[in-house]
This record gives sequence, C-alpha cells and structure tokens, in this order.
Amino acid sequence: MENSILRRRRHELIIGGIVLAGLALLPVPIKDVYTQNLIIITVLFAGLAQAWNILGGYCGQISLGHALYFGIGSYVSTLLYLRLGIPPTLGLFAAGIVSGLVALLIGWPCFRLSGHYYAIATVVVGEIGYLLFLNWDFVGGATGVFIPFHGESWAQLQFKTAKLPYHFVVLGFAAATWLAAFWLEGSRWGFAWRAVKDDVVAARSLGVNIFASKMAAAALSGGFTGIGGALYAQYVGYIDPDSVLAGHFSILIALPAVLGGVGNLWGPLIGAAVLIPASELSRSYLGGSGRGVDLMLYGGLIVLVALARPQGLVSLFSWQRKQNAPAA
Amino acid sequence: MSAADLLQVAAGGLLMGLVYALVAAGLSLIFGLMDVVNFAHGELMMLAMYAVFALWQVSGTDPLLLLPVVAVLLFGTGIAIYQGLIARALSVQFNRGMVQIFVTFGLAIFIRGACQFVWGGDFKSVTGHWLAGRTLELGGVFLPLPQMAASAVCLVAFAGLLAIGRTEFGRALEATREDRDAVALIGIDRNRIFALGWGLGAAAVGVAGVMLAGFYYVGPNVGASFAVIAYVTVALGGFGSMLGALVAGILIGEVEAFTAALWEPSLKQVGVFAVYLAVLMFRPRGLFGRL
Repeated sequence: MENSILRRRRHELIIGGIVLAGLALLPVPIKDVYTQNLIIITVLFAGLAQAWNILGGYCGQISLGHALYFGIGSYVSTLLYLRLGIPPTLGLFAAGIVSGLVALLIGWPCFRLSGHYYAIATVVVGEIGYLLFLNWDFVGGATGVFIPFHGESWAQLQFKTAKLPYHFVVLGFAAATWLAAFWLEGSRWGFAWRAVKDDVVAARSLGVNIFASKMAAAALSGGFTGIGGALYAQYVGYIDPDSVLAGHFSILIALPAVLGGVGNLWGPLIGAAVLIPASELSRSYLGGSGRGVDLMLYGGLIVLVALARPQGLVSLFSWQRKQNAPAA
Repeated sequence: MSAADLLQVAAGGLLMGLVYALVAAGLSLIFGLMDVVNFAHGELMMLAMYAVFALWQVSGTDPLLLLPVVAVLLFGTGIAIYQGLIARALSVQFNRGMVQIFVTFGLAIFIRGACQFVWGGDFKSVTGHWLAGRTLELGGVFLPLPQMAASAVCLVAFAGLLAIGRTEFGRALEATREDRDAVALIGIDRNRIFALGWGLGAAAVGVAGVMLAGFYYVGPNVGASFAVIAYVTVALGGFGSMLGALVAGILIGEVEAFTAALWEPSLKQVGVFAVYLAVLMFRPRGLFGRL
C-alpha cells in the first residue's frame, strides 16, 4: 500500500518535471507575441487555480471570493513599489503575506459557516472588498493605479516588450504552487484536509482540528493567490478594482480547478490549458462584435464540461483513472 | 434629517425590499426543494426584463398587462432548465455540489451572452408603462407609482407562493423537501415536483423582473448586481425559508436605503453586506433557517 503511494508520488514528480521542462522550452518554437502572451496568462491561471485548489479542492471549502486575495496582492506590491520604492521582487512576498493574513482574518468568522452559506459569505466578502477599494482614494479609487516604467530590470520585474522573462516568472509561480500542492498532498495537512472535505464529523472524531485545518488551507491558498496578483499587476502595468477585484475574477480563478479536476494535482493545469485559451481566443475572434457570442461559447463550454466530466477533464487521462481507482 | 425625510427613506427601502424578497423567494424555493443554489437566478430576472421589453416593443401593449405572459414564459424556461441541465447535474456521481454551482454559473454566462447577442450591450428602458413617471404624495412622502406597483405585485406574488404551499401540490413539495426518497413510495413523482419547483422559482423572479423593468434599466449586467443581493437575502433569511426571504428582503431594502441616506450612496451595499455578516455570526443558518 505505502509502496504504491510512494511510487505514484514519484511518478507525479517526474511527470511534473517533464511538463515544466516542456513549458520552459515553449518559447523556442513560439516567437509570436500574441501566442506568448496567451501562454503567460494560461500559466498564471494554472498557478492561481492550483492555489484555489488548496482550499477548494483538497479542503473542500468552495471559495467564490478569491478575487479579493488576488486584488489585495496586486495592490500591496504595486503600492509598496510606488509609495516606498520597494522592488516588486520583494513586494510579491509582502503581497503573499498580506493576502494570507487577510485570508485568516476572513476565515476566522466565515469558517463558522458551512456549505452554501460559506460559499455565499465568500462572494459577499469579495464584493465588500471590491466596493471599498472602488471608493478608497488612497489606493486610486475607481481610476486605479498605473505602474510607471523605469527601464528593464529583473528586480522590478519590468521588461519593455520582451515576453520571455515573464514567461519564466509565471512558470516559476505555477511550479511553486504545484510543488506546494504536491508536498501538502503527502503531508499531515493534506490528509487532514481530505478528511475535513469528506466528512467533518468523522474527521473531528479522529482528532483532526477542523478549524485549524481550514485556516491553514485558507492562509496558504490566499497567500499564493496574492503572489499571483502581484505578478499580474507587474505584468499588465495597470490595476483598478474592475480588473483585479471584480466578482467574476473569483470564478475565473476557481473554474480551471473545477473543470480540470478538484483536489487533484493536474486538474488546475489541464483546466487552465483548456479554458484560458478557449476564452481568450473566442474573445479575440468573436468578442469584437460586442454581440456576446464569446460569452455563449464560454458559458456553454462550462456547462458541457461540468455535466460530461463531473470529476474533471483530468479523468480523460486513463492512466490517472487507473492509479486513482484503488483509492476511490 | 427630519421625520419626513426619515419616512421617505424608510418607504423607499420598503418598496425595494419587497422586490428583493420576491427575487429571493424564487431562489429559496429551489434551494429548499433540492439543495441547489441557482447561480443563474439574476440572469433569469434579466431574461424576464428583456422579454417584457421585447414584447412591449413588438406589440405596444402596456408592460403591466404583459406580466402574466412573461410569468408563463419564465415558468416554461424554469422547467426547461431543470429538464435539460439540472436533472442531469443531480444525477452526477462525483463532486455534485461543485457541478451544480458551475452548471448554473455557466448557464448564467450563456444567458448573458445570448441577451447581448439579441439586444446588444446598451441599456434599454421600458417606458410605455401607464404608471411611468407618476408619483403619489402621502403626508410629505413621495412614492413613485411604478415602485408602488412593483412592491404591491411582489407582495401578491409572495402571498400566492404561500397559498400554493397550502394546496395538495404544496404538501407534495414540502414532502419532497423533507425526504426526496420516501416520497416515491407514496406515489409522488419527484422529478415532476422538482421541475414544477424550478418553474415556480423562475416565474417568481420573472414577476419581479417585469415589475422592476418599470423603473430600472435593462442591460446584460443587470442580473449580476441583483443576484448578489438575492444570495445575501436568502442566506440572511435562511435557505429554504419563505418567511425568511420576506423578512430579510425588507431588512436589506431598509439597510440599503439608510446606508445610502446617512452614510454614502456608493457604499450602500457595503452596509447591507456588513449587516448580513454580523447576523450570520450569531445565526450561521440565517434568521429563519433550519436546513
């Protein structure tokens, strides 16, 4: 038993390494800037969805308010840079810490709620954050914040036109979230979270501290999401509440994990690889008309995948199914 | 702030609150019946608003007279959504909770896209209302008649929903909610009850949408803004509780009106959300929740 688990984990690590190497080499054949941008966004969302997966997938707490952590992360690093001159390479850690703390602060009251009550509370908390930032002049209010360009620099994560450095930055982020999820999966926390997800009462009877487990998952999930937000802000160079805090962003973060496969290392990756290009491509080719064809396709795709593959797109890979079969 | 002003604010809050209550009632009905949160609820309301707009433009009939037509249309839409999507989502073996959330969520995006496809992205307004622009003055308090009509109709629809609860069908509904497996043994077709529940829930939000169109713009994003308020109303009142939806709807209307009047209009929803979170700290299942 123990052996097969260890073997599976070793396999996953090897496959993870191969996927990472493959992604790192993508810019070699792909020189087109549009496609490079698409890949960067996809990889960023794979990382964000993995961060969501820690709380939503492994611990089973469906958060529909992750835009708040993403937005706070992007504002923290941006404002530290603009007001105090702290370079974003340091700022992104601050972003992660602040977002993680905010997740703890929100988790403390919200984890008293369960099921749909919890999901709706996260929607509401996210909306409060959005409205407060929209009306808070110190952080730029509704106009948002521009990040001025100070020349190419790794410390400040600013690159004029080259997409390549960002490719590696977001890849590093996605790899970090993946490794964190991989490590957590095999750790004491990972087992506690799955127990909480499956049956709270049974978990408690086995001595799992429910509240602490949820809080730990929320802090890690929120923290990583905040780091992703900081990277995004630095990449696009401009943030406002509508682009980083709006409610639909929370769904955008959760969707790749849900459609790819929740509580699974590969789910967020596969989900992002399908969803983000589908939404970006339909938006660039069909969205220009303003007639909502892109929205219809995107919404239809979500409905279709959710109904046809409830366990996620990851189940399409038969080796995965075989390996999971004894555990299920 | 004078007494008349306070009364004015309170009246405005009550009028809006009754609309919120009916929107939430449809959501609560569906949830109570089968544990599904319909994340496309706001979009159903928007669909009703566009339907009344289109019918009014084509036929020139007073939007108020179109109320029954749109209610029937939405009833059919609700049943179709249940048969086409929800029945399937309920029979899923894995991740049932998430599948339900994201199926209705995908549907919401689809409806938004479809409405934008048919009517474009700009705002429309339904103006051919015989009450449009009229107000009633009552002891220094001005009451816009379209809103008066909206809250009156919502109250009647609410009473209708409660009356349905007392019929044979209502008892079947209640029984299905108590134990969805046991009802099969006494000859109740669970699938039919669920479908009718969706029809009723959609019709309720449709009625609210038609009345709202009398004084509110119609656009592809109108559903989203009302949906958040509807979730808050239902969670505050308690999932599955009709009385909870009514009380919470009025409470939310009042809190919103007073936050806007006494604090800052752009933060009116923050007041609502803060009250909601505060209440949930003491009653995690809402004011009247038992589920």
